[in-house]
Amino acid sequence: MSAVAQGWLIPALTALVAALFLASLLIGPAAISPGESLRALILGDAGPLTVVMREIRLPRAILGLLVGAALGLSGAALQGYLRNPLAEPGLIGVSGAAALGAVIALQTGLAAAFALALPLLALTGAVAAVSLLLLLAGARGGALTLILAGIAVSALAGAATALVLNLSPNPFAAAEIVFWTMGSLADRSFTHVGLAAPFIMLGAALLLTLGPGLDALTLGEDAAEALGAGLTRVRLVLVAGVAAAVGAATAVAGAIGFVGLVVPHLLRPLVGARPSRLLPASALGGAAMVLAADIAVRLILPERDLKLGVLMALVGAPLFLHLIYRTRRDGGEGLR
Amino acid sequence: MAGPPERVVSINLCTDQLAMLLAAPGQLISVSHLAQDPRSSAMAAEAAGWQANRGKAEDVYLLAPDLVLAGSHTTPATVQMLRRLGIAVEVFSHAAGFADVTAQLLRMGAVLGREAAAAEAVARFEADLAAIATDPAADAPRAALYQAGGWSSGRASLPGEVLAAAGLANVADELGLSAGGFVPLEVLILAAPDLVVSGRPWAGASRAEERAAHPALRDAGRASAALTDRDWVCGLPHLLGPVAAMAELRRKLQAGE
Repeated sequence: MSAVAQGWLIPALTALVAALFLASLLIGPAAISPGESLRALILGDAGPLTVVMREIRLPRAILGLLVGAALGLSGAALQGYLRNPLAEPGLIGVSGAAALGAVIALQTGLAAAFALALPLLALTGAVAAVSLLLLLAGARGGALTLILAGIAVSALAGAATALVLNLSPNPFAAAEIVFWTMGSLADRSFTHVGLAAPFIMLGAALLLTLGPGLDALTLGEDAAEALGAGLTRVRLVLVAGVAAAVGAATAVAGAIGFVGLVVPHLLRPLVGARPSRLLPASALGGAAMVLAADIAVRLILPERDLKLGVLMALVGAPLFLHLIYRTRRDGGEGLR
Repeated sequence: MAGPPERVVSINLCTDQLAMLLAAPGQLISVSHLAQDPRSSAMAAEAAGWQANRGKAEDVYLLAPDLVLAGSHTTPATVQMLRRLGIAVEVFSHAAGFADVTAQLLRMGAVLGREAAAAEAVARFEADLAAIATDPAADAPRAALYQAGGWSSGRASLPGEVLAAAGLANVADELGLSAGGFVPLEVLILAAPDLVVSGRPWAGASRAEERAAHPALRDAGRASAALTDRDWVCGLPHLLGPVAAMAELRRKLQAGE
């Protein structure tokens, strides 16, 4: 099946992402006909409508694509390395730590003085969280260790984020705790695309090189070493790649959970459980999922900024429970 | 309580300023700490002469007031606690227009036993307002109030009345939001306002304010003006300042056409 699936899966996902990207450009609180919107976007002669298309909807669609790809790909890579389907950047606290870094950059004024401080501090937070988790859970660590460590890191990062926002002199900052924990793409601009895109692309490029190493790891660590997959190198690339991708995505969109859990889970059977094939498929799947969720929040509550994390958790949390149940039923060794 | 109150404590930014305008010397003993913050108070310099409180029931009680002035946004728990402790509390709601400014001046005068001072303040305010206020002409420049979080105030609000008195048409009214409402950024841009009036950003950072600085807004509006919140927040005679400033902007916009 996988040989067949391999053939159509990537083109099908690409087509889905393209369709959702287009839909994201065409759907918004201001009801404008699709033809008019696209003409304004491409020809650029429609005054305010062109401004709306080029400076509001286009950066939002691009960010949905990039952020989704970053989260899907990071989830697949973490799961491949830890050989654990529950590893996900949001659940294990990587996104939360990145959000803390971003909040510190914004509230100390560092980001205002030096724009790159925003993604760089988010990235630092993500590096710290991934490194700590790999240290605690280890490549051989069971799911339980990983999830418990993740809960601790998430709780700490969430509390510190709330503390920083509550200490802010800005009266609106404390109300934005929900943005940093749930994520949103509302009213982002090309400034945010410019800050996040280079880091997300760098992280994605690093993670996509991990395919052969992760494939070898499915045979066990000794076999992987014997096959010449340097585990130290794999680990370093994984930490750098996840931190760059998740850090930059979180810096501009907040922490969006469950994307990296749901997408690889749905796609794994279609790629024959091969990490090297799951990585690109999860990047596309993540992009499709976040674009779809971002369209949904605009359709459900066009005037209010419903957070993406709300939709993702509604879909992802039941799946998470199902995964825990299945992991236990299948012998439970992963949970010990 | 016989006679006017002798130890009055105010725990709301707007009642602070109303009371400072009207109280007899020595009658008002404390104002909220916000009244001393030049970022939010139009009377910060005057307020420096009063003892500041944090509006908590216990520090207010220790001041031994015979009257507490609170706003309708004051936490109900504080107001109930003070009433249970036997202290009279007068709650003032937020002014929603110029009519409320005069009504609240008169009520504060009555509460403090300073009716004459209140009548004088009202007469001055109404005369000054009549001198500068104009109704928006049919071809008046169209302004949008765009506050933190994407809130746009319409005609039936204090900031909306400031715009109208300055002779500006209000985009929120065109959108059917006369009491105000959340306006998505793209809807605002498609409405193509001539002037976008937004709050001056606070220190630190927030996404709520970032929206008003979105590059698309800069490219769409022909002009924009920052406003200091302190003159617009409360229903005080200080509102005449924003009216004059907005009228000046309106004249510039019309001259530029």
